[in-house]
Amino acid sequence: MSNQAFVRREIIEEQTPPLTAFGLVGWLRENLFSNWFNAILTFISLYFIWYVLSGVVPWIFLSVWNAGSLSECREIASATWGGTHGHACWAVINDRWIQLLFGFYPSHLYWRPILAFVLLLISLAPILFTGAPKKIFYLTAVYPFVLPWLMWGGSVWASVSALLGFVVGYAIIRYTSEILGQLAAVILSIIGAVVWWLYIGPLLLSQGLGAILPLALEPVISRYFGGFMLAILIGVVAIGCSLPIGIVLALGRQSDLLILKTISVWFIEFIRGVPLITLLFVASTLLNIFMPPGTNFDIILRVMIMVTLFASAYMAEVIRGGLAALPRGQFEGADSLGLNYWQAQRLIIMPQALKISIPGIVSTFIGVFKDTTLVSIIGLMDPLGLSQGIRANAEWNGIYWELFAFIAFLFFIVCFSMSRYSMYLERKLQTDHR
Amino acid sequence: MATLTAPDRESFKLSMLLYDTRYRSMTIQVIAMIGFVSIVFWLISNTITNLNNLGKPVEFGFLFEPSSYDINQRLVEYNSRDSHLRASFVGVLNTLVVAFLGCITATIIGVFVGIARLSKNWFVSRIMTVYVEAFRNVPVLLWIVLAMAILIEGLPAPKAFRGENATASLNLFDSVALTNRGVYVPEPLFSNGIGDVALFGQSSLRFSVSLDLILIIAVLIASFYVSALIKKRANRIQDATGDRPTTWYLRLGVTVLPIAIVLWMLGFHLGYPELKGFNFKGGTHLRNSLIALWLALSLYTAAFIAEIVRGGILAISRGQTEAAASLGLRPNRIMNLVILPQALRVIIPPLISNYLNLTKNSSLAIAVGYMDVTGTLGGITLNQTGRELECILLLMLVYLTISLSISAVMNWYNNSVKLVER
Amino acid sequence: MNFSVSENMFQTNSFQSEAENQEEGKMKKSFVLGTLAVAGLAAGAAAAGTLDDVKARGTLNCGVSTGLVGFAAPDANGEWSGFDVGVCRAVAAAVLGDAQAVEFVPTTGKTRFTALASGEIDMLARNTTWTFSRDVDLKFEFVGVNYYDGQGFMAPADLGVSSAAGLDGATVCIQTGTTTELNLADFFRSNNMSYEPVPIETNAEAQQQYLAGACDVFTTDASGLAATRATFENPGDHVLMPEIISKEPLGPLVRHGDNNWGDIVRWTLNALITAEELGVTSGNLEEMSAGTNNPEINRLLGTEGTLGAMLGLDGDWAKRAIMVGGNYGELFEANIGEATPIGLARGLNAQWTDGGLIYSPPFR
Repeated sequence: MSNQAFVRREIIEEQTPPLTAFGLVGWLRENLFSNWFNAILTFISLYFIWYVLSGVVPWIFLSVWNAGSLSECREIASATWGGTHGHACWAVINDRWIQLLFGFYPSHLYWRPILAFVLLLISLAPILFTGAPKKIFYLTAVYPFVLPWLMWGGSVWASVSALLGFVVGYAIIRYTSEILGQLAAVILSIIGAVVWWLYIGPLLLSQGLGAILPLALEPVISRYFGGFMLAILIGVVAIGCSLPIGIVLALGRQSDLLILKTISVWFIEFIRGVPLITLLFVASTLLNIFMPPGTNFDIILRVMIMVTLFASAYMAEVIRGGLAALPRGQFEGADSLGLNYWQAQRLIIMPQALKISIPGIVSTFIGVFKDTTLVSIIGLMDPLGLSQGIRANAEWNGIYWELFAFIAFLFFIVCFSMSRYSMYLERKLQTDHR
Repeated sequence: MATLTAPDRESFKLSMLLYDTRYRSMTIQVIAMIGFVSIVFWLISNTITNLNNLGKPVEFGFLFEPSSYDINQRLVEYNSRDSHLRASFVGVLNTLVVAFLGCITATIIGVFVGIARLSKNWFVSRIMTVYVEAFRNVPVLLWIVLAMAILIEGLPAPKAFRGENATASLNLFDSVALTNRGVYVPEPLFSNGIGDVALFGQSSLRFSVSLDLILIIAVLIASFYVSALIKKRANRIQDATGDRPTTWYLRLGVTVLPIAIVLWMLGFHLGYPELKGFNFKGGTHLRNSLIALWLALSLYTAAFIAEIVRGGILAISRGQTEAAASLGLRPNRIMNLVILPQALRVIIPPLISNYLNLTKNSSLAIAVGYMDVTGTLGGITLNQTGRELECILLLMLVYLTISLSISAVMNWYNNSVKLVER
Repeated sequence: MNFSVSENMFQTNSFQSEAENQEEGKMKKSFVLGTLAVAGLAAGAAAAGTLDDVKARGTLNCGVSTGLVGFAAPDANGEWSGFDVGVCRAVAAAVLGDAQAVEFVPTTGKTRFTALASGEIDMLARNTTWTFSRDVDLKFEFVGVNYYDGQGFMAPADLGVSSAAGLDGATVCIQTGTTTELNLADFFRSNNMSYEPVPIETNAEAQQQYLAGACDVFTTDASGLAATRATFENPGDHVLMPEIISKEPLGPLVRHGDNNWGDIVRWTLNALITAEELGVTSGNLEEMSAGTNNPEINRLLGTEGTLGAMLGLDGDWAKRAIMVGGNYGELFEANIGEATPIGLARGLNAQWTDGGLIYSPPFR
C-alpha cells in the first residue's frame, strides 16, 4: 500500500459536456433514443406520422378552390393531377362557408350577430380575465337584454321592459324587506315582476314608448338561424340561463329542507340519466303538448329550453362541487357574523364557490356547445344539418369529407381554445389556494 | 333583543310563519311544494287536454301490435310480425351491447393513452396529446359519422372478393373478412351441442340462452377456482417452509384440460365466413354500424379517460415513484404495483361518469343506422305509430334505468375499493 | 398578508359573481320574453281559422323536407326551390298574394306530423304518402295527390340482377322514418326471401353507402331513385328495377278540423292541375284572364262566377297561384321533369287526358 493518495491540487476547468448530452444530440438521446425500446417507439411514431401526413397533406393542399359544382371540381382535378382521388374540393366551402357560419340569416343583417358576438366577448372579459376594467360590468349586466334584441330584432322596448321587470323586482325587495321581512319581500317582488311582465310591460310597449319612439330593428325569425351562429347561440343561451337555475338546484340539493332537496335531487338525476337526444325529441315533438292548447313557439326556442334544462342539471353538479370545495370555516364564519342564509350565500359562499367553479362551467359550456350538433337529428340547420342540406343540392351532391373536415376544424378551434383557457384558469386557481 | 326571554309559547301568530325561523323553513317548503305540484298538475292537465284534442289519449296498446319492420342486428329471435315491444327489447339489447363493448375498449385505450402521454419518448407523448385534444374538442356525433364514412369508403365491398381477379382477400389465414358491410369473423359452432334453454315463455322479453355457453363458462369458473386454490396452498407452504412448490404444470393442467375436454365433447369447431350470393355467409357478422359506433364512442370516451388516468397518476406524489425505484423495482412494475393501485381511487369516480356518458352517447346510433333503443322505440316505432308521448316516456325510462344501474354498481364498487384501501 | 390578498380578491370577485348572477337571472327571463314577443306564441292553431291566422301573420308556414333534390332544397342564399316548394308558394300566392311570403320549415320524418298537429306549420308538403292510418288515426287531411309514386329498387348494372325477385339475401339500403321500411318488410316476407336492411337517416347518407357498395340495392320512392341516380357520376351504371312494390300517393296535407283551410289548399292544387288541362300557362295567363270563350277557364281565373269568394279569398286567387311557377305541368317540368338533371317522365303523373292519373274535379 502506497501512501501517495491521489490529491488534486487545482480545480479542473469547466468542460463542455460530452457531445451526446447536450444540444440537439443530447435532446435526441434523452427524448427519443434513451434505450432500445424507446428507439423502436420513435421509429414507429415517425412512420405513423409520415403515413398520416402523406395522405392528408396532399389532400388538403393539392386541392380545387374555385368551382361551381362537384362535377366541375372533379374535372379540374383530373385535368390538373390526372385523377380525382386524393384531392380535396374546397370549392364547396368557398361557395357555402357564409351559410355554414350564419345559416339563412339575412345577409344584409350579418352585422347583428357579429356585433352580438363581439359584445359577448367584451362583456365576458371582466369575468374571465381579472385585469379587465370594472366598468365593463355595466355592459355585462345589460348584455342579456341586448343579445335577443340584436339577434331577433323588433322593438328595443321589449328588451327594456323585460329589464325594467327586474328593476321593479329589485326595488320591491329593496324597499319592503325592512318592513315585511325578507321572505315576504322576495315573494312580493316575484309577484311584482311577473305582474310587470305580463300586464304593465306589454301595455307600455303597445301604448306608451313603443308607439311614441319606435326604436326597432328589422325582425328576424329564428327559423333563419343556422350554422355556427345557431350552435353558439344555443350554447350561450343554455349556459347563461342554466347558471341561475343551476345555483338554485345546487343550493336545493345542499339544503336541509327535505322537500326542496328531494325535488332538486330528482330533477338533477333525471336529467343526467337520460341522453340529450331524448330531451331534444321532447323539444321537437312533445313540448307543445305540455303547453296550454293553442300555444305555439318555434322549434329553436323549444330546443333552447330543453338544452337549458339539460345544462342546468350539469351546472348544478359543477356548482355543488364548488360549494363542497369551500372550507367549512367559511360557512361557520358567515354564521358567526350573524348573516342570514341569503346574505351569507350572496356575500361569502357564492362568490367563492362560483370562482372555484369557473373551470367546470367552461367545460360544461364546451360539452353543451359540442352537443348542439345533435339538433341536426331533429332537423335544425346547425352546421351538420346544413351539410345535409348542401349535399341535397344538385351541385354538391356526393361531397362529404370536405364539409366534415371544415365543421370539425371550426369546432376544434373553438373548443380547444376554451379548454386551454380553462386549464390556464385552473392553474391560476391552484396557486391562489396554496 | 336586549334581554333573553323564553319565547312566548301560547301566542302563535300567523306572522310567525314568516318571521320565526322555527316555522319559516316549513313555510318555504310548503310554498315550494304547492308551487311544484301546481306546475306538474298544470303540465299534466295541458297534456291531457291537448291529447284529447288530437284524439290520441295516452295508452300503450300499440306496443302489442305487429311492428312490421325488420331489424338487422338482433341478439334474440325477431321478425317483422313480432310486436313493437319485442322490437324495443331488441333495441335495448343492442344499446347494452354497444355500451358494454364501448366501455371496455374505451377503458383499455384510455389507460394506455393516459400512460403513454406521460412517456419519456417525445414523439409518443406528442402523438397522444394530439389524439386526446383532437377527440375531446370535436363533437362525438361528427366522429361517429366520420368513422362510418371511413369504414364505408376505406374497406372493400364484398364484390371485390369475388371472381378470378379479386382485389381483396380474407385476412388472418382466410378467416376474417373485412368488408364495407362489416367484419365477418369465424363463429364458434358445436356439432353435438346440448341446445338452448328458453326463458320467459312467450312474452315479449323471451330469449334463449345457449346451454353450451353456460357449460363452458361454468367449467372455466370452476377451473380458475381450483387453480386459485392451488396457488393459495403454494403460498401457504411458502410462508411455512420458505420453499415454494412448483405448481405451474398443475395449474396449467387444471385450467386447460377440463375446457379442452368439454369443447371436444361438444364438438367445437369454427364456422368460417364464405362468399355466397350477395354477401358473406357464415361466421359472426359485426355490422359496420356497430363497428363505427363502437369505434367512435370508445375513441372519444378514451380521450377523456386518458386525461383522467393521467391526472390520477400525476396525483400520486413523486416520492412514491422514487421510493419504489429505490426498492429496485423496474419502471413497469412501479406502475403496476405502486402507482396504478393508488391512482385507481382517484380515477374511478370520474370513470363512472364517463361510462354513463358513453352509454348515453350511444343514443346517437341513429346517425349511422344502428338499431339501438332510440332507433327502434324512439325511431321507427314512434314514426309508424305516431305515439310520441308514450314512446319517449318509455325511452327515457329505459335510459334512466340503465344509467341508475350503472351508477349503483359502480358506486358499490367504488365504496368497496375505498374500504379495502383504507 | 397572504390572507388580506385573498380576501381582497374575494371581494372583487363577490362583486363579479353577484353581477353575473343577477345578470344571468335576467338573461333567462328576458330571453323567454323577448323572443316570445318577437318570434313566438302565435296562439290559436288548433280548431279553426288557419286562414285568418295566416292572413294575420302575413306568411304561410309550410313544412318541407330538410333537403331532397328536385322536391325541396335550399340554395346558397337560403332560397328554397323544388316541386313541393312550388305547391307551398302557390298556396301563399293564392292566400296572401305574395309567393315569397312563405316560411319553409324543414322537417324530418319524425318531426313532420308533430309540427303539423301542433300548429307549427299550416300545411305539410313533404313527400308524404297518403295512408289510411295517417289520414284517420293521426287526424290529418290529405288534400290531394301531387305526385303518384311507388317504391322501387336501384342496383348497379354489374350486379347482374334485373328483377326484384332475384334479391334473396341482398343487403338493402333504406331511408328510415318513411313507409319504405314497412313496404320492404312486407315485400320480402310475402315472397319468402331474406334480406339485410341497412337503415339510414338521410338520402345523402344512403347514396354514399350505396355508391361505396355497402349495400347491393337502394330502395325508396321511384322518383327519389331517379333523382338520386341523376346526380351520380355515371348514371348509366345503375339500373332501376321494373318492380314497383307499393303505391305511394304523395300529397300536401293539413290538420283535421279546419275544412275551409283544407279546401283552400286542395283547390289551389286542383287549380294548378286544371290550368294544365285547360292549357292555361304562366305565358298566356294574362291573355286568358282577360276573358275567354271557355267558361271553365273564366271561372278558374275569376272572370266569371264567385268561386274565390266561396273559399274566403278574392277572385284572382287561382290566377296568382298559377302565376308563381306556372301550372302543374310547368312546375313538374321545371323541377323534376325530363329537361332537369332528375329527368322524371310524366308517367302516372300525366293528365288523365294523356293516360295519367292526374285528375282534378271540375271548377264549377
